[in-house]
Amino acid sequence: MKRFKGFVIKEFYHIFRDVRTMAILFGIPIVQLLLFGFVITNEIKDAKIAIFDQSKDNITQKLSQKILSSGYFLLEKNLNNYNEINQSFKEGNIKLVIVFEKDFAKHLEKERKANLQIISDASEPNTANILVNYTIAITNDFLKEINPNAKVPLQIIPEVRMLYNPDLKGVFMFVPGIMAMLLMLISAMMTSISITREKETGTMEVLLVSPLKPIQIIVGKVVPYVFLSFINAVVILILGKFVFGVPINGSILLLLGESVLYILTALSLGIMISTLTKTQQTAMLISMLVLMLPSILLSGFIFPIENMPTPLQFICQIMPPKWFIIIIKNIMLKGVGFAYVWKETLILFGMMVFFILVSVKKFKIRLE
Amino acid sequence: MYAVEVENISKSFEKVEALKNISFNVKSGSLFGFIGPDGAGKTTLFRILVTLLKQNTGTAKIQGLNNITDYKKIRSIVGYMPGKFSLYQDLSVEENLRFFATVFGTTVENNYHLIKDIYSQIEPFKTRLAGKLSGGMKQKLALSCAMIHKPEVLFLDEPTTGVDAVSRKEFWEMLKVLKNSGITILVSTPYMDEAELCDEVALIQDGKILKIETPQNIIGAYEKNLYAVKSTNMFKLIADLRSFEFSESVFPFGQFIHYTDKRDQINENDLINYLAQKDHKNIVLQKITPNIEDCFMSYLNK
Repeated sequence: MKRFKGFVIKEFYHIFRDVRTMAILFGIPIVQLLLFGFVITNEIKDAKIAIFDQSKDNITQKLSQKILSSGYFLLEKNLNNYNEINQSFKEGNIKLVIVFEKDFAKHLEKERKANLQIISDASEPNTANILVNYTIAITNDFLKEINPNAKVPLQIIPEVRMLYNPDLKGVFMFVPGIMAMLLMLISAMMTSISITREKETGTMEVLLVSPLKPIQIIVGKVVPYVFLSFINAVVILILGKFVFGVPINGSILLLLGESVLYILTALSLGIMISTLTKTQQTAMLISMLVLMLPSILLSGFIFPIENMPTPLQFICQIMPPKWFIIIIKNIMLKGVGFAYVWKETLILFGMMVFFILVSVKKFKIRLE
Repeated sequence: MYAVEVENISKSFEKVEALKNISFNVKSGSLFGFIGPDGAGKTTLFRILVTLLKQNTGTAKIQGLNNITDYKKIRSIVGYMPGKFSLYQDLSVEENLRFFATVFGTTVENNYHLIKDIYSQIEPFKTRLAGKLSGGMKQKLALSCAMIHKPEVLFLDEPTTGVDAVSRKEFWEMLKVLKNSGITILVSTPYMDEAELCDEVALIQDGKILKIETPQNIIGAYEKNLYAVKSTNMFKLIADLRSFEFSESVFPFGQFIHYTDKRDQINENDLINYLAQKDHKNIVLQKITPNIEDCFMSYLNK
């Protein structure tokens, strides 16, 4: 036990004396979270649009007013002919053009229908889609306002309620995602690097020729990172709650417990990587390529898994972050208890056991 | 009683046959040296003995323990200092020492007497990071760390490579002290002059042991007449001596050139005349007793 304690103390020295390690451990999480939270957002406000009003009557004026006062749109300019539409899209800062046909109000009155054209820049498909939907919704609203007694034979009015994230805030999705990604990256990368570093500098040679057991070496490497990653997880949760207002509706204890399980899974993955690689560089590359990109792309963090092709969906199933994201979203946003996430917890636990078994099996008690 | 017994060990890596059927025994409490050029197989042999590698064939025993089946027991009774400096560069001198003491289940205070002579020299720098030490100090620290758990057998792989002459001498002084405290020491080195300080020496080349002898016997077995030659133009002297019709071996050695002749009896004046003809001035020719390096050169040339 004393041996083990000595080993852990040595690991802490390594971590605290290396500026780069400290920067990765504590700088990156905070910077990443703030970046994702503030900069990358899929909500839209103040999109620049142009209006080509060929009618210029009181109805088109009112509708334009309503669209522009919604907060989503900013009028960049009024257009006077069709050619200008193309031109202004090419100039690049306009996302959407609304075209009112000639005699809009008249048509609406006489024929009870008028044409409104919405042209959007679909080189950014998501934005285009959202903007078009907003415009249609506002127009429909407007129609009801000016014609409250319209008799429509049958009408279904869907009443939509966005549960758990009523304002559709992106941060609600990013905080769990970032947490999953960072804990994975830091835990796995740091342990795999710190073990391969001993191989590279030759100190592993000396450690092997000592009474230390392989399991003591491995666990000794992991213990400091369990602590530090846990602190990281707490920092992310605090930032999420107090800077971005992401609620923690479920039990904090359960949330922290699941985080520890996930950290342990990531650490054991890091150990597995280090037992399979020889140099710090390969360990780092593998951690970056194999862990970072998939944990961003294939974990359901940014892109919904249901929309992926079947083979990719299958790969997503073996991504630990996927399960962790499900768990923390459920706990944080829906406020559910363990009864609702036990299956995902069990899967993570199984993954951890698998990584540990492989590592112990692959750990070399000799040099080759 | 032997501390290390090695029988017919061979080891090959993918393409290289590093060790070819090596056998030797090391007496308990002796200082045993392996001398050989780089790539001779010294490091591979040491790694096999400290249980870091498995031999392909043959058996090795450390204090009677089999290096493959009893590797765990061996690991707690040997001390090992690899060729490459392998302590923690970001830990201070004292932290390194304490770490290795704890790992081996002891404390610095318990075994301080063992390392006192060595460690006291670097103790003034105990708060300095190991990475910032000079080459000689690094080796002293590494030796202290390898010694701190009072090993029964100590393996030192090229401990003096890259260390200045003064530190090398000090280092060997320490090894003698350690030997006197009853520890068996196996040391490898590419420096032939260090062989004289060992009890027994194995000359190793291309994975084979050419000779195992005491240094005295190695020198005693030298049969040739050996001359030290000197003139004003040393560079030309080497070439001229080599082209002399009876020349056997010519090696530069410090200020002199060591020369041996193919004939058993030689007339010194013949040689001086020959050199004078070749425009050499201030020729000095003296018969000398061979040192260990001369003996090795003659073995390696056979």
